[in-house]
Amino acid sequence: MKQILEGSHAVAEATRLCRPEVIAAYPITPQTHIVEALAQMVADCRLQSEYICVESEFSALSACLGASAAGSRTYSATTSQGLALMFEVCFNVAGMRLPIVMTIANRALSAPLSIWNDQQDSIALRDSGWIQLYAEDNQEALDLHILAYRVCEDHDILLPAFVCFDGFILTHTYEPVDMPTQEEVDAYLPAFNPYQKLDAKDPISFGMYATPDYYLEFRYENQRAMLRTKEAIRKYGALFGEQFGRDYSGLVEGYKLEDAEVAIIAMGSICGTVKDAIDEMRADGKKVGLLKIRCYRPFPDEEIAAALSHIKTVAVLDKNISLGSKGAVALEVKDALYGSSIDVYDYILGLGGRDIRKKDIKAIVDLAEKGSGDMFYGLREELL
Amino acid sequence: MVDKTLELFECGHRACGGCGASSAVRMILKGAGEDTIVVSPTGCLEVFSTPYPETAWKVPWIHSLFENASAVASGIEASLKRQGRKEKVVVIGGDGATVDIGMLCLSGAFERNHDITYICYDNEAYMNTGIQRSGATPFDASTTTSPAGSCSMGNKHQKKDIPAILAAHGAPYVATATMAYPTDLMKKVETAVNTPGACYIQVHAPCCTGWGFDGSKTIEVGKLAVETGLWVNYEMIDGVVKKAKKVKRKPVEDYLSVQKRFRHLFKPQKNDEEIAKVQAIADRNAEKFGIDL
Repeated sequence: MKQILEGSHAVAEATRLCRPEVIAAYPITPQTHIVEALAQMVADCRLQSEYICVESEFSALSACLGASAAGSRTYSATTSQGLALMFEVCFNVAGMRLPIVMTIANRALSAPLSIWNDQQDSIALRDSGWIQLYAEDNQEALDLHILAYRVCEDHDILLPAFVCFDGFILTHTYEPVDMPTQEEVDAYLPAFNPYQKLDAKDPISFGMYATPDYYLEFRYENQRAMLRTKEAIRKYGALFGEQFGRDYSGLVEGYKLEDAEVAIIAMGSICGTVKDAIDEMRADGKKVGLLKIRCYRPFPDEEIAAALSHIKTVAVLDKNISLGSKGAVALEVKDALYGSSIDVYDYILGLGGRDIRKKDIKAIVDLAEKGSGDMFYGLREELL
Repeated sequence: MVDKTLELFECGHRACGGCGASSAVRMILKGAGEDTIVVSPTGCLEVFSTPYPETAWKVPWIHSLFENASAVASGIEASLKRQGRKEKVVVIGGDGATVDIGMLCLSGAFERNHDITYICYDNEAYMNTGIQRSGATPFDASTTTSPAGSCSMGNKHQKKDIPAILAAHGAPYVATATMAYPTDLMKKVETAVNTPGACYIQVHAPCCTGWGFDGSKTIEVGKLAVETGLWVNYEMIDGVVKKAKKVKRKPVEDYLSVQKRFRHLFKPQKNDEEIAKVQAIADRNAEKFGIDL
């Protein structure tokens, strides 16, 4: 059913439809509307979940870890400082192969303190072993939650996932969304069937320590599961398309890329602005296209190389910076395109909520065409 | 009543000979019974009981991190509740994981009053990493980060009073025990796991390696702690002390002199002034809990 919902509420509704049995969360801007909405659903008996109001994000994810190990589908949501506080738990959850789904309402990291959007928070956890999906709009944000549970809980995967959507830009924006029914979601997402669980009838030990004789193999298995996730996303993304009419089988998604000479690569809500800018540039005769990265972990290296084989110039929009190096997305795009003759330019932009408009996208395309890149875009020179 | 003949913590683990904590855990599981899920934070116990692919645990067991055992237990309890399952959730962690780094999670779990039992095996320092001081290290104990020296008498602070802090959270049952009195320990564990809500037991667990005594003397050292009044075994029901073990008190010297961590109080010459300070702690305990026979 079509509804006009705030992004946070769309995600909360999607989460409800996924029937999480245990929710543990701690409030942090701009994630709050999601967890408030879920708490209200529990209060109104619209959602049969144990909702744990924990005392920190660190405990939120730790409680989810325990609940997941005990055999329940679990959910949490956080952002920025909260995710940073979960850092240690994130690695632990992935290593223990617990399929927890967590929403990241992307926000900048302190210092200086900023409550506004960029993607530094989830990018900083890129090595943690979580699947990372990025939504362009509220519809995609709600859909990706349903997809994420389906993928994560597959016994060939058993990995946790971040569903990332841009703080304020999406979380606090009202958009029309097509909300599936409970019956539709139940048909797509079976009840949680844990591979193993804490059970007095069948005691096992979870989270043992590994000596150098064993540790390397655990990490290798983690990496293999992450790489298998590509196929799982293709499979369950296509299934999603068959069932809901919106296909998510692609880890990346092209827009007017077929005859493009310049490709922009981006993740998240900025893709909408980029598409509008592309439409206007094309009207002016510029052959520009977009390659949207929907799945950042596992990184779609082969998919990017295949999609861009005919492109001359690539402009990567990074809402993050790996300080002392480059934007994290550009780094891996360059790796994916290694050996090709494609020029890849990196633009660090929009950090801490700096607005990016169509004219900025056009200016970046101009810079890339002139061979000027690997730079912070939109700096206020008078402040430096 | 649980079957106390069951051995749910198997032998063959890697603890030191004479380890107080491992004996405590064996008794704890006899008190808790087989329908128990155990959560352990990082520490000696976790390391000596579960080197992959071996485990000493015959009940379901989980280790996540050093500081989050209470939060993990909160999640397990919520999950069991949602599933209508009846297993007991018991955390067994060391003093560092409990009184220091895990304090935030511990406080949160007790404030929310999850139906869990948290048991701290208190060996009074970070033993797994090499005997560094914790918030549970007693006054004047020498550790590797609070060493005695020409201008130091060892640890400058008294033990953090976690039982009182958790009682102040509204915990329905708080107790202290020692592995030196196993029957008392098992009984208290059985009471705790059968009391709804978040319950806490702090178990004195002498560490022969860290404290410096022969591994055959663990029980003796544990008893001396109680007999000198430096450790008091008591129960608090709804925040009120109901029962404290009475003793005919011995001087604290009897306890201090058998442990290398207090050697500096006796060598090169006996430091009566400093020993008197420790005696004053025992005297205050005796008065507070009324333990003198």
